[in-house]
Amino acid sequence: MKYEFDPTVRYAKTHEWARVEGDEAVVGISDYAQDALSDVVYVELPEVGSTVQQGEQCAVVESVKAAEDVYAPVSGEVIAVNEALDETPELVNEDPYGKAWFFRVKLSDPGELDNLMDVDEYREYVESEAE
Amino acid sequence: MDYVPNSDADRAAMLEAIGVQSVDDLFRDVPAAYRYPHLDLPAPASEMEVLRELQMLSEEDVDLNHAACFLGAGAYFHFIPSVVDFVISRSEFYTAYTPYQAEISQGTLQATFEYQSMICALTGMEVANASHYDGATSTAEAVIMALNVHRRRRHKVVMSPTVHPQYRDVVRTYTQGMELAVVGDDRLDHDVDELAMLCDEDTACVVVQSPDFLGRVIAPDRMRSLADSVHRHGALLVVVANPIALGMLKPPGECGADIVVGEGQALGNALSFGGPYLGFFACRQEHVRRASGRIVGETVDVEGRRGYVLTLSAREQHIRRERATSNICTNQALNALAAAVYMSAMGRRGLRRVAELCYHKAHYAAAEIDKLPGYSVWSDDFFHEFVVRCPRPVDEINRYLLNEWGIIGGYDLGRDYPELARHMLLCVTETNSRDDIEDLVEALRELGEEGVS
Amino acid sequence: MTEPLIFEISSPGRVGASLPDLDVPEAEIPAEWVRDDLPLPEVAEVDVARHYVRLSQMNYAVDVGFYPLGSCTMKYNPKINEVATRLPGFAMVHPLQDPDTVQGAMALMYELQRYLAEIAGFAAVSLQPAAGAHGELTGVLIMRKYQQERGEAQRTKILVPDSAHGTNPASTAMSGLQVVEIPSDERGNVDLEALKAYLDDTVVGLMLTNPNTLGLFDEHLLEVTRLVHEAGGLVYADGANFNAILGICKPGEMGFDVMHYNLHKTFSTPHGGGGPGSGPVGVREDLAAYLPGPIVDRVVGEDGPGYVWKMPEHSIGRVKSFWGNFGVMVRAYTYIRMLGAEGLRATAENAVINANYLQARLKGTYPVPYGDRTCMHEFVAQGEIEGAPDVRALDICKRLMDYGFHPPTMYFPLIVHEALMIEPTETESRDTLDAFADAMLKIAEEARTNPELLHEAPHSTPVRRLDEVRAARHPVLRYRSRA
Repeated sequence: MKYEFDPTVRYAKTHEWARVEGDEAVVGISDYAQDALSDVVYVELPEVGSTVQQGEQCAVVESVKAAEDVYAPVSGEVIAVNEALDETPELVNEDPYGKAWFFRVKLSDPGELDNLMDVDEYREYVESEAE
Repeated sequence: MDYVPNSDADRAAMLEAIGVQSVDDLFRDVPAAYRYPHLDLPAPASEMEVLRELQMLSEEDVDLNHAACFLGAGAYFHFIPSVVDFVISRSEFYTAYTPYQAEISQGTLQATFEYQSMICALTGMEVANASHYDGATSTAEAVIMALNVHRRRRHKVVMSPTVHPQYRDVVRTYTQGMELAVVGDDRLDHDVDELAMLCDEDTACVVVQSPDFLGRVIAPDRMRSLADSVHRHGALLVVVANPIALGMLKPPGECGADIVVGEGQALGNALSFGGPYLGFFACRQEHVRRASGRIVGETVDVEGRRGYVLTLSAREQHIRRERATSNICTNQALNALAAAVYMSAMGRRGLRRVAELCYHKAHYAAAEIDKLPGYSVWSDDFFHEFVVRCPRPVDEINRYLLNEWGIIGGYDLGRDYPELARHMLLCVTETNSRDDIEDLVEALRELGEEGVS
Repeated sequence: MTEPLIFEISSPGRVGASLPDLDVPEAEIPAEWVRDDLPLPEVAEVDVARHYVRLSQMNYAVDVGFYPLGSCTMKYNPKINEVATRLPGFAMVHPLQDPDTVQGAMALMYELQRYLAEIAGFAAVSLQPAAGAHGELTGVLIMRKYQQERGEAQRTKILVPDSAHGTNPASTAMSGLQVVEIPSDERGNVDLEALKAYLDDTVVGLMLTNPNTLGLFDEHLLEVTRLVHEAGGLVYADGANFNAILGICKPGEMGFDVMHYNLHKTFSTPHGGGGPGSGPVGVREDLAAYLPGPIVDRVVGEDGPGYVWKMPEHSIGRVKSFWGNFGVMVRAYTYIRMLGAEGLRATAENAVINANYLQARLKGTYPVPYGDRTCMHEFVAQGEIEGAPDVRALDICKRLMDYGFHPPTMYFPLIVHEALMIEPTETESRDTLDAFADAMLKIAEEARTNPELLHEAPHSTPVRRLDEVRAARHPVLRYRSRA
């Protein structure tokens, strides 16, 4: 399998991940998602202070030939966004689980995390999608 | 004449290769009852005959080779250097499509990049697109962009009453399904300060025009204070500008404008009875991803050579479909090319010179007309168009000017502003000689004194 | 071969145009109004002429060679059109002149409205929209307003087939309506069962391109328009592909209620490197009152017939300043006058013969997903060559440039994998089509024997493959002086 998987995060079926840190979570997209998009040229992030809802569109990732919606894996208020992506969108291709985090939310319903997959479930899910 | 090169023999051979008996077999999917309808059109004619017919038709019009023109109101008669038509007549430019294949479209792409650069220089903005259809649609696209910058959470647009009436109409047409309130243009006396007061937290943008439809320039310090007040509410300032005036006036980009749009026709494009023209569109860098229309960017090829491509395409309809910033696809590339060639030929000094000629001639004409009994010029804070209160209905005056003097007079403002009946908007450009102006003044004097026959 | 930017050949003090001396006294200009600098280039006329001629030589164009760009109808642009539009009585008239002084131009517009209505079977036409997408927005706004005014404001959806141009959903969204995508069936038609499932009293109408973007005439067209009408909806025709059916059938007679024409495709006006176009809209009788305007009306007065401006009674409003792209209208009018009814039909017939001939020549080498059907004016092949798994449609397109051809439209329609959409038009000879087919077959051979040749193509163009990712990640959108 050519994709990387981060065991410290939980995944959505739409290929976003959330990493819980206390009562907050950091959100990004998976290695599989960035690979499917190819060269990312722009990321449109939510506004700090806005509220995102699990499963609802919250950001857009653009490549030269496509613009894909990003859906929030968890609900809550956006308390920070990764401004580095503005200048260096290529980080999404280079380090999807690290430097290319999208935004940080204050979790409004930690129970929602149960709706997400752990790394093993997600690996299996990606394998089935790839077929 | 149908411009089809193939002969009957070619067609027969091709049908055989396709494997059908006749051309009709290729249209079997068209319901038989509707196939091959009668078309009630005039019989075709030879090139010579059609050209003669068109010539005769065109000669029914009074063209500006045969009349002095003092009519502006959004379309302007300027001199066009011969090199402009020479360049846009190169069929490598005019018979190309949108430059999707960059390797064989560098001509169009680089010329567009130059056009964008010149529009930025002129407006004082950071980014310009490859053009919109005209000044009116460019204004509508600016309003929609402002709504998108606010992620459609603001539902109000403050519009100056002296933005071109047709542009205001087009903004309303474009946004009729967007649950948007366009306010502020219901009263002609809404000036910059009153517009600023109408701006609130639900306002996406304020739209003003300078020089406005009545020719008046919004002074830079007033524009700046408007911008400050608009920005305090988190709204954007959209300025509709005249590109020739920008040859000498402070650019809106230096006065706090967020989006600058306008009609680019005056830059080397023929009047052509209203089109094709071009809408220029410029904005600040931070909003470029919300901008609509094609944009050309610089890059390099695999050998490291500089080249140009259509870029930021993910904003556009062919990729983002219903979530695109606009549906625009075809723009006005050849008109933008004409504008670029015009701005190159005029250059830093020439464009300023054109602007100054317009300004001085218009002010001379206004001063002379203001001296005439029965006429008064509204104000002197104008660029090259001014409002004259007249002793008679404007259409009466215009009929007299044309029939007796061969002059095309000004625009009847009563058509758009009921309170401005008997007010005429006159425009003077570098194409109007002193003799033309003196004829106009003399004609108006006679009319004022003697009445119309 | 690269050309410096016009800014880079600028030299202080040069001017490329001459202007008259000021012949009136100077007026005072308020100092605070005046800009400090105007950073435009300073070049002589000869510099301007050479620079732009050299740029023109870096362009491919219809007058240079074969341009089979699917869906764009890149036909030859007759030269009489250019002469006609530059006649002083057309080029040098102000749009706001008194109608009495522009009766020739208004007569031309009136006749063109009538010709276009007749050719497509509609009751009325507005010439105001400036391009196809502009016509679409106009048409959708007309449909929306019509439904609202007859008390059907709950209708908020427009159905759009999955094979549609991106402008269809984008225009719908701009009008404030929702897009519902409907699938195509295995023969490339609208899927009737899917259509039925979506048709209810929330539907404003259907936007249909026919022939569609696969180059196929819908085999159930009459059924489709009947179903939409029965559900209270309207049917919009995207006229991008009208070239295929000129004089063959009239959309207005087959259940289409609204249609836009692309004068810059079907009616031979040049594309100008991306405009100007013109996208008039035709409608059936009871929608005529909703057209944007003013449009030209003919009245008979004491002095005989004359032309006047008329705003349709329930108009959606103006969509553009003045009257539309008049200079483009002159070209289209000229074209229709040259061709007449028989020439228009010959145009469609030859466009369709040419497309089928190319399809027949390429079919054995390139997959043609709907190749069991005869196509209309264009067809969609796939850039998938047996024995060359790494070669993509993009590579084939780039290699075509080395053979002196413009590539087809690629990766559209979206429903065909590695799509190559080929539209030869009627103005190409059999020799040209053969030369193109030969090149395509040769490229297929190269793909198997020397794929690198394709991956690295083009080799002979002014620049080679350009880095689009770099352009989009770090946009450089204007010249900045290095000083």
